[in-house]
Amino acid sequence: MSDGIDNAAATDTLDVRVWRGDERGGDWHAYRVPAAANQTVLDVVTWIQRHREPNLAYRFACRVGVCGSCAMSVNGEPRWTCRTHVQDAARDGVLRIGPLRNLPLVRDLACDMAPFFDRWQEAGGRFVPSSDRHADIAAISPESPARRIADAAIQCINCAVCYAACDVVQWKPDYLGPAALNRAWSLVNDERDAGNKDRLRAVAGDAGCHNCHSQHNCTRYCPNQLDPGASIAGLKRTTMKAALKGQL
Amino acid sequence: MIPPHRRHGLWLAFFLHRLSGIALALFLPAHFLVLALALTDPAALDGFLHWAHQPVVRAAEMGLVFLLSVHLFGGLRLMALEWLPWSPRQKTLAALATAGSMFVALWFLLASAQAA
Repeated sequence: MSDGIDNAAATDTLDVRVWRGDERGGDWHAYRVPAAANQTVLDVVTWIQRHREPNLAYRFACRVGVCGSCAMSVNGEPRWTCRTHVQDAARDGVLRIGPLRNLPLVRDLACDMAPFFDRWQEAGGRFVPSSDRHADIAAISPESPARRIADAAIQCINCAVCYAACDVVQWKPDYLGPAALNRAWSLVNDERDAGNKDRLRAVAGDAGCHNCHSQHNCTRYCPNQLDPGASIAGLKRTTMKAALKGQL
Repeated sequence: MIPPHRRHGLWLAFFLHRLSGIALALFLPAHFLVLALALTDPAALDGFLHWAHQPVVRAAEMGLVFLLSVHLFGGLRLMALEWLPWSPRQKTLAALATAGSMFVALWFLLASAQAA
């Protein structure tokens, strides 16, 4: 399997710093990595793991921006590394690659994603069917306003880039966060779902959507160009209307 | 140094709104204390108002008006952002129209004041 770098074509090297350590502490380690055309940050990490540090811990799977498992902090910004070109991410010729913010560290560049997915459950991110398997397939027009809203939020790949970008998650660690709330907003607008009563109660709670300060770091960094900030605003409107009607 | 994820307009808008809110919250108790002097010690109030005519206090008043303005329009921005289910483009156009209207209205006000 290729490591993504054509070494024969490499004429220059990159100055790369990688954070190595665990919850107890760590440090930045410097590496020279062969530069190549169309090189991604994940290619660089993979080269270091295969040629310099066999025990470097990091996570990836698909390498094409679908699985959402390779997100890291690159020069202080959360990025999906498999689709981030080195020339777009390097600052003054240097790449500083670290683990995502706001998540517990396993080791080196690998974070424990459990809290991130716990938030999805807490936000009512599970589809609650309104009919059983014997019913006819629900006829939902792709053009219906609710479906359009649900579709706009649905392409999340669970990469946790928005969660790492969010200052509110940093300041209030039990905050549900942009990804879980975006998922909840998608289900709120899913006409087949029957779980909105509990879901709206969950997202209107102490850790819910009303904590958001609309800084929109999530929207700025979402690699799939979703707008979790708009989804959270939608939840604020919907929960407020439900509260006024005494439904919460 | 400002972290990269905070170097954008919406984060700056949040920061200015928070900062102006804290500054106004600190100012208001002092403001009410001074107003209360009208009942408890009118002579002290007159002394304070005389002191407040110094150029440096006048300059500080401009800062206060700036804080009020930032907080007022920051709040309107936030309500539009969160309460209007419009597209980002619609909101940008609405903000531009409002800013343009404010500019024309302020220009008219200043021109009228100068003429008077």
